Amino acid sequence: MSALSQRPDNPIVGIPMPHESAALHVTGEALYTDDLVGRIAGTLHAWPVQAPHTHALITALRTEPAYAVPGVVRVLTADDVPGVNDAGVKHDEPLFPTEVMFHGHAVCWVLGETLEAARLGAAAVEVDYDPLASLVTVQEAIAAESFQGTPRNLARGDATAALANAAHVFEGEFEFAGQEHFYLETHVSLALVDEGGQVLVHSSTQHPSETQEIVAHVLGVPSHEVTVQCLRMGGAFGGKEMQPHGYAAIAALGATLTGRPVRLRLNRTQDMTMSGKRHGFHSTWRAGFDDEGHLLALEATLTADGGWSLDLSEPVLARALCHIDNAYWVPDIRVDGRVARTNKTSQTAFRGFGGPQGMLVMEDLLGRCAPLLGIDPLELRRRNFYQQDQTTPYGQPVRQADRLAACWDQVAESGEVARRRAEITEFNSRHPHTKRGLAMTPVKFGISFNLTAFNQAGALVHVYKDGSVLINHGGTEMGQGLHTKMLQVAATALGLPLSRVRLAPTRTDKVPNTSATAASSGADLNGAAIKNACEQIRERLAQVAGGRLGISPNDVRFDDGIVRGLSPASGEIGWNELVNVAYHQRVQLWAAGFYRTEGLHWDPNVMQGEPFKYFANGVAASEVEVDGFTGAYTLRRVDIVHDVGDSLSPLIDIGQIEGGFVQGAGWLTLEDLRWDTSDGPNRGRLATQAASTYKLPSFSEMPDDFRVKLLEKAHEEGAVYGSKAVGEPPLMLAFSVREALREAAAAFGPAGTSVDLGCPATPEAVYWAIDRARTPQAPETAPDPEPAMAGRKG
Amino acid sequence: MTTTSAPCVTVNGDQVPLTGVASHTTTLDWLRGRGLTGAKEGCAEGECGACSVLVARPGTDTATEWTAVNACLVPVAALDGQELVTSEGLGSSSDLHPVQQELAVRGGSQCGYCTPGFVCSLAAEFYRPGRAADAEAGSCDHEHGPNGVDLHALSGNLCRCTGYRPIRDAAYALGAPSEDDALATRRQAPPPEPRPTRIAVDGAEFVRPESLDETLALLTERPEAQVVAGSTDWGVEVNIRGRRAPLVVAVDRLPELRSLTVGDDVIEIGAALTLTEIERRLDGQVPLLAELFPQFASRLIRNGATIGGNIGTASPIGDAPPALLALDADVVLASPRGERVVPLADYFTGYRETVRAADELIRSVRLPLPLAPLVGFHKIAKRRFDDISSVAVGYALEIADGDVVRARIGLGGVAATPIRAVATEDALVGQPWTEETVRRAAAVLAGEGTPMDDHRASASYRSAMLGQSLLRLFHTRPETRRQEVPA
Repeated sequence: MSALSQRPDNPIVGIPMPHESAALHVTGEALYTDDLVGRIAGTLHAWPVQAPHTHALITALRTEPAYAVPGVVRVLTADDVPGVNDAGVKHDEPLFPTEVMFHGHAVCWVLGETLEAARLGAAAVEVDYDPLASLVTVQEAIAAESFQGTPRNLARGDATAALANAAHVFEGEFEFAGQEHFYLETHVSLALVDEGGQVLVHSSTQHPSETQEIVAHVLGVPSHEVTVQCLRMGGAFGGKEMQPHGYAAIAALGATLTGRPVRLRLNRTQDMTMSGKRHGFHSTWRAGFDDEGHLLALEATLTADGGWSLDLSEPVLARALCHIDNAYWVPDIRVDGRVARTNKTSQTAFRGFGGPQGMLVMEDLLGRCAPLLGIDPLELRRRNFYQQDQTTPYGQPVRQADRLAACWDQVAESGEVARRRAEITEFNSRHPHTKRGLAMTPVKFGISFNLTAFNQAGALVHVYKDGSVLINHGGTEMGQGLHTKMLQVAATALGLPLSRVRLAPTRTDKVPNTSATAASSGADLNGAAIKNACEQIRERLAQVAGGRLGISPNDVRFDDGIVRGLSPASGEIGWNELVNVAYHQRVQLWAAGFYRTEGLHWDPNVMQGEPFKYFANGVAASEVEVDGFTGAYTLRRVDIVHDVGDSLSPLIDIGQIEGGFVQGAGWLTLEDLRWDTSDGPNRGRLATQAASTYKLPSFSEMPDDFRVKLLEKAHEEGAVYGSKAVGEPPLMLAFSVREALREAAAAFGPAGTSVDLGCPATPEAVYWAIDRARTPQAPETAPDPEPAMAGRKG
Repeated sequence: MTTTSAPCVTVNGDQVPLTGVASHTTTLDWLRGRGLTGAKEGCAEGECGACSVLVARPGTDTATEWTAVNACLVPVAALDGQELVTSEGLGSSSDLHPVQQELAVRGGSQCGYCTPGFVCSLAAEFYRPGRAADAEAGSCDHEHGPNGVDLHALSGNLCRCTGYRPIRDAAYALGAPSEDDALATRRQAPPPEPRPTRIAVDGAEFVRPESLDETLALLTERPEAQVVAGSTDWGVEVNIRGRRAPLVVAVDRLPELRSLTVGDDVIEIGAALTLTEIERRLDGQVPLLAELFPQFASRLIRNGATIGGNIGTASPIGDAPPALLALDADVVLASPRGERVVPLADYFTGYRETVRAADELIRSVRLPLPLAPLVGFHKIAKRRFDDISSVAVGYALEIADGDVVRARIGLGGVAATPIRAVATEDALVGQPWTEETVRRAAAVLAGEGTPMDDHRASASYRSAMLGQSLLRLFHTRPETRRQEVPA
């Protein structure tokens, strides 16, 4: 075991406990950014002027009429920006645009004494537009060769030659939708000006340091004049990694110009029409198999729909390319990737960050090819698993391939998959109008930021004279339970009961230069930094305790607030007393901790290296029942075994697995982002811009029977206290739901039916799949039949 | 003339004056402005339930029932004189309410933003008087817990983090309220009476008249008045589309609109009864409506939405009209000129247009008896709980000696108004109730209306669903068929 991964006796990590703020959540006492507004006198409210065009030049902007509205205090425009008029790090996102790039693009912002005044003021602003031609769909962008950023390719061996020699070659085209984050708390920032013009921005942000940087460059001030605090977020899921910056900058700009606090909170419609989403992708592929179904080669082109600006599209694409293999060994492979520029919101990070999109291409093609190969899809998947120490297409060894197999076999056994599949076959034979399906899919997901530099973190740990401990770290709490885990890490590292440790909100003036809380890395990075800080303090206290107890500092142990030697004979000293003694000996009782993930290297230009510290593994089996009359379905049972290493906090981890799974199932089966792609007056407008039109999973999508287990004997050498990251990987376990729907739809047709399934697999998409399965010769009833897939025997 | 006392609301036991509130100020914004920030805005259109709060309302089984509603939709002026409890009023972090306790310890919260809303919706179910009887009846299935908890109570609450399993476990772990539970005790006494209200701010008024006559006089005098009951539709207009009305008139507590009578020839349902109240009071007496209710929006919405409102908004995708058309319902319209009775089939004249005059108010809905024995309500939507119909079909058929002798089919989502599937009815009546008849009639049904493509469904799917719906009714109700072929 490494020093990083080894646990002391009686660790607090590993104990199941509820979220550290649970009692505050349930009573409504927990404070979110917008809850502060009523506590701060004189706050102004911001409202955007959103363009009613999908692509247009702004030819005139008249703000005077807004000032005639009672209560309007200020209209913010590009002329007000003292620094850089840009909300991103790629300098392609003007904060106040001269060219409207998507329907609902904010042209300027109105500040009012009340939200009502700001709203009416925004309605009074007059803007002249010169409409331009627009690209709304990814196919339109491909046809127009509208791309942005650097195209990437990932290659190993000679895929073309291998395909030429493969016994079975199939090809297909597959386009699938993005996903709205629908964090329950919309984007919000509250900015105040402090003495000397310093700015404090409360922001619902996953990346306070970058929010700080953007606010500073918009205001034209150094970073040390801007502090960003994030109390907690009401959900984020990647949607608050880059997207909050512009809103924070508007609030800060308004506050500096008016001298008054400014609150900018998007309502749901504004949030959905203005903020970025998960990238939808278009893909084409050719896959070659041998007679036993072994994948021999894959050629694919992935086109991410990036929307109007780059945002995080390049790293999202990189992660998609690095995850197209999922859990499968593909000897010869070539994947080309590019980012389309369309006149839509700027798509961004979303739980999985391109990984799900890459893996979906693979899981979809396996699901489509299995019947054509005449191989059971479960067997096809299992047969292609990585073997120990085979390498990924980007050159990283898969060191824990045995864990994939272990997860798979455990799900198959505890889920009684063989017995249930036999029952399903029997059920299906008796029910002409209802069919069931069961599918198993694996997940192998790389942990670490692809970009090596981001894999660092800081922490600040204070021990006060009374022995109480306050910790601070660079990670943000969005519901994932990071703070709960960090408290457990600190209590473990200091050998204290949990009640002695408190955690303060994330602030850029406590821990600087932090990375986003993203890439599932929050606990790995910040936990290691906290552990580092705690160990510095513990070593100093061990010196003091060694002196008091007359033993070597190396023999001092900290456990449950008692400090003692290896032998009971040396006596003991209480934590509080020790701290007091140390203070009087002028020993430093606080420490800054730091961590950087060792062993990573990555060349983004050739897409080779070891970008990931390790892989998270998991397997799910899902069973569905589909109604042949409507395509409606229910999720009857889900069995999951997931590898979280040695869990830091099992209740939290199970919550992440279940929640991620259901969110993934939402993306794949229910959530249906629709833009107006017609040539009508609303072209480019998001048609699903509210909770009434964009449906996320509710209680009715919860599996009736949901069994989640953590993989045992799963120690991870490379992470804090032997744990693994858990935030993103479980989302991809939901492929099993989509594949089960495919199985059930196929059961309406003759044996060996290969089913093309739309994504999301809404009841309508499932209905058309059933319709095609039932009547293979008459698919023309479907409005948008998927491109047919050609197969040939080599 | 209405006399008013100083408007106020009792919040968590404290009487709070309603001063300076605009007629469009939502209960949610008002609470948050007073520092009660537990209730959150997640969608501002009654879809997510993050703003759920408890209101003391007249009960079916006890004098008062704690009723969860969306605070984002209800104008706070509509709560003048009423009692409200929020998540803060249920318990504190040092003294958790049983609902809060179960949710907290079982991992029922992650980001916590939706949690106060879940707490209030679940607390309403915790205090639901009929829950103990449901538990005894033992109808435990995947939507009903062993403790009588009906998961539909949470159908209007969205959580993006947990995947719901721990919330369900918390709900199913709840016991009965303790002997000294003040909110449980409170149910035994009547809720506050509705009281006449007149609040005017910046030239916009909110008025709750005392009687039907007073209401009708006001509507005659001020035809521009916006009539509201549960505000589940108007609240969305206010919040999402920024609509403001010079005069809002609340009719939801008018006694003349709140009776339900079951006679020999007719069932008459007061227009201002909420869907929840109708569901409880009918208690399965109208099977078609019993099938409809759980599919109608969410419990949070049904607790506010009235049957009169659902007809009055005249939406082509309202869920009550297809069922009511199948039931041959009549609408009773009241005005100072008297009352008139209009068949629902003649009520809708165009997209959100009806025969109702500006000074008329829907007083009640009448269902003729006897009811047809074979009924079904098929709602096609992306999501099973709380979604808007792509297509809705209501059936009321009578089969005698193997032949269809009566057929009424109501459709929603396939035309500018709810419509009756008259051609399909004709294709069924007088024919034997067989697969062959049904297939032929299903083809007719698939051609009814003028379905459109939109973000909910394609036109071709809508048409297909019409036809499939009749096949589904036939195949899922084998008891209605003659044994054609011995097994």
